Order: sequence, then structure tokens, then C-alpha cells
Amino acid sequence: MLNIDSLQTGIVIDHIQAGTSMRIYDLLQLEKLDCCVAVIKNARSSKFGRKDIIKIEGQVSVDLDVLGFIDPNITVNYIENGHIAEKKALKLPKYIKNVISCKNPRCITTIEEGVDQVFQLCDEKTRRYRCIYCEQEYKRPTP
Amino acid sequence: MVKHLIDPLDLSVSEINDLLDLADKISAEPQKYAHLCDGKKLATLFYEPSTRTRLSFETAMLNMGGSVMGFHSAETSSATKGESVADTIRVVSCFADICAMRHPKEGAPRRAAHFSKIPVINAGDGGHQHPTQTLTDLMTIRRKKGRLHDLTIGLCGDLKFGRTVHSLIKSLARYPGIRFVLISPEELRVPGYIIEEVLQPQHIPYEEGTSLEAALPRLDILYMTRVQKERFFNEEDYVRLKDSYVLTSEKMKLAGPEMYVLHPLPRVNEIALDVDDDPRAAYFDQVQNGVYVRQALILKLLGVKLPC
Repeated sequence: MLNIDSLQTGIVIDHIQAGTSMRIYDLLQLEKLDCCVAVIKNARSSKFGRKDIIKIEGQVSVDLDVLGFIDPNITVNYIENGHIAEKKALKLPKYIKNVISCKNPRCITTIEEGVDQVFQLCDEKTRRYRCIYCEQEYKRPTP
Repeated sequence: MVKHLIDPLDLSVSEINDLLDLADKISAEPQKYAHLCDGKKLATLFYEPSTRTRLSFETAMLNMGGSVMGFHSAETSSATKGESVADTIRVVSCFADICAMRHPKEGAPRRAAHFSKIPVINAGDGGHQHPTQTLTDLMTIRRKKGRLHDLTIGLCGDLKFGRTVHSLIKSLARYPGIRFVLISPEELRVPGYIIEEVLQPQHIPYEEGTSLEAALPRLDILYMTRVQKERFFNEEDYVRLKDSYVLTSEKMKLAGPEMYVLHPLPRVNEIALDVDDDPRAAYFDQVQNGVYVRQALILKLLGVKLPC
């Protein structure tokens, strides 16, 4: 049994779809943090069977909005004094930057150097995002 | 803050109505506006060949005493050296007071607007948007029908890649009592997002079909479009679809006496030459209206004080 110490202060990103924690690690740029970060893969989950978990130790500022786009099943717990102080409700961010890229071959982002890939939420119900340049809809890969 | 026109929805309905009013005034008394842009420079950054749109912009500026500069294709610009749109507009901002950009890549004018110190006008970006054509279309419809509300608008041809179609639907959808009849081959239907995000949420009546003849008797406006060879990746598909619709004087007999035909031009063969003499053929009026509406737009974006 792998043992990871409980956090006294920090953030637990829980219920990550098994196998996707490293993508989230990269997107949140956690390698830049000067603190202890634990990535737990394939943990047992009563809800999903398997899940990944990321634990970040200490009082750190991480922009977690993008998680709402990646997977609304993810839960985020803020830990203080060894207890859950806050559960963050994930919302779809209005804009997502440099997380996904436009697949429209006619889009300016395919040729322009240095351009950020920015998508705007255009329909909350259907979770649709569009490229801010060409308005092409981002098609989520089928699982 | 610099105001740009990238998407037709950058203008509110009241701003569009003001622009069309101004265009009407310019049309009525062009000499009153002949020197309002003295000393001003328009840059026409055309990365893609265009005859009407570029000449229309240039004529608009020249009509008001301004001057024009620019390039007519990507081959004659620093784009061939790999210069980005962002850098080009930074440079042009130092030379000109306003610019009109035509680009084959969708979103290029929006990219330019992010870096521009001068107003950027989208003069067509790929198969995406063409807002000044839309202003031209709206002006023509208003002049012919006397209103922009309570109309049945037929759009026919390539509704998938037709940027003028997308812009026109988005714009007209904001006026009350508009109904759309969308006529195209199955492969060239209006993109789903126009239906799902523009028409359906606003409960705008529309129907999709393939028969021009069936639609003609019910229309107030017929907006014909060309099947655009340059938007196809596959030549075979283009050849198969290019002659899907041809409006002839014979078919015009099915339409009402006040049903006007518009076309963003250039035409290939989707409107037979014998339709040109029909008083309901309004596509060359559109060209003239395009100059007035672009004059009005340049004046508004430059913030020029208008004559009383």
C-alpha cells in the first residue's frame, strides 16, 4: 500500500479520470511550484473504480478554472489544519487559453507565429467553446 | 479606445441604422462629404485578390478627399518574407489612419485589431465574415423594401462557406419579423452553429430546402451566392456542386413583382445574364450602395465631424 501523508495545508484535486493527472499537472504548470506536489495515479475509487489524485502542499495560488473545462467530475478541496476548509465548485471558464488548439485549417492560428490559442464559452448548457478568431467549435475527442 | 469592425455584431442595431441613414445622406448629397477625409489615409491590406471590395473601399476614401495605399495580394506584401499579421498592422498603424483587411485566413482581422492603433475593418476573412458586404446588403434591402423587418429572406447556393450569408443571417436575425428560407445542396447547408446559436435561441422561423422554384413565390428577397471554388479542398466536389442553382428569367416568373434579387458578386453562372434587365435585379445597385456605406463607415470609425 502506497502511503502519502495527509496535508495540513494545501489543495487536493480529486476524482481525476484515471490516467489524465499528468496532463493536468502540465496544464496547471505545477512543475513551476516550489512545494511538494504528489501525483497519485490509479488510486481506488468507489465512484469510478480508478482515479488519479493530485496533492499540492502549502498555501499556493493555482488557477484551477481550466479544470472545469477538462472534467466537471473533478473535485477540488482546500485543506487547512488537516481538514477540508472549502470545496471548490468547478465552473466552465469563459475563456481558455493555450489548453486546446483550433483544428480549422483556414484559421489564422494555423499560420501566425506567437498567437495564443484562445477559446470562448458560447453555450454553457452544451459546454461549447469556439475559437475567438475563426469561431470554429472545439470538438471534444470521443472517449 | 479604437473602434474596429471585425464582426457584423460589433455594431448594434441602432449603430447599423445610423450608418445606413448616413449612407443615404451621402448618396443624396455626395458633394457635402467630398472633403471630410482630406489628409486622411486608408490602407488596403488585401492578402487575397479582390476587385469589388478593394475598389469600393478605395473609391469610398477617394470620394471624401482621402488617399489610399496598400497591397493587392500576399505576394506583393512582406507576408512572403514570413511577416506576421501582428507585425504588419503595427507597421501600417504608423502610416495610415484606418485600414481595410482582406485575408484568406479566418480571424486575421481580429488578430490585427489586437495590435492596431488605427481602426481595422474586416474586408473578408476566409469563409468566415464579411461585415461591410453585410452593411451593403442591408442598405440595399432597406432601399428596395423600405424596411429591414417583417421580411422573408431566401438565401440560395453555397450557404456553408458563404461568409456573406453567415454575416447577413446574424445581422438580419436582430430585426423583428424576419423569416429565412435556406436553399442549398445538402453538402452546402448553413453551418449548424448558425441554426443552433442564432436562429433557434431567438425563435426565428426558418426552413431548409433544396428547391429554389418552390421558395420563389414566398420571398421578399432572394440572396443568390456563388459556389466558391477557392473554398473547396476537393475539385471533384466543386465540379459536382457548382451548377446546383441557376436563376433564369423563366424562374423569375415564379417570384412576386417586388421580390428583389441580391448577390454579393462576383457572379459566375448562378444568375443568367437575361435576369440583369429585370427591374428586380438589385445586385448592381448593391455595388453602388457599397461605396456609400463604406464612406459612412470610414467617417464613423475615424470619428469625423459630420456636416449638419
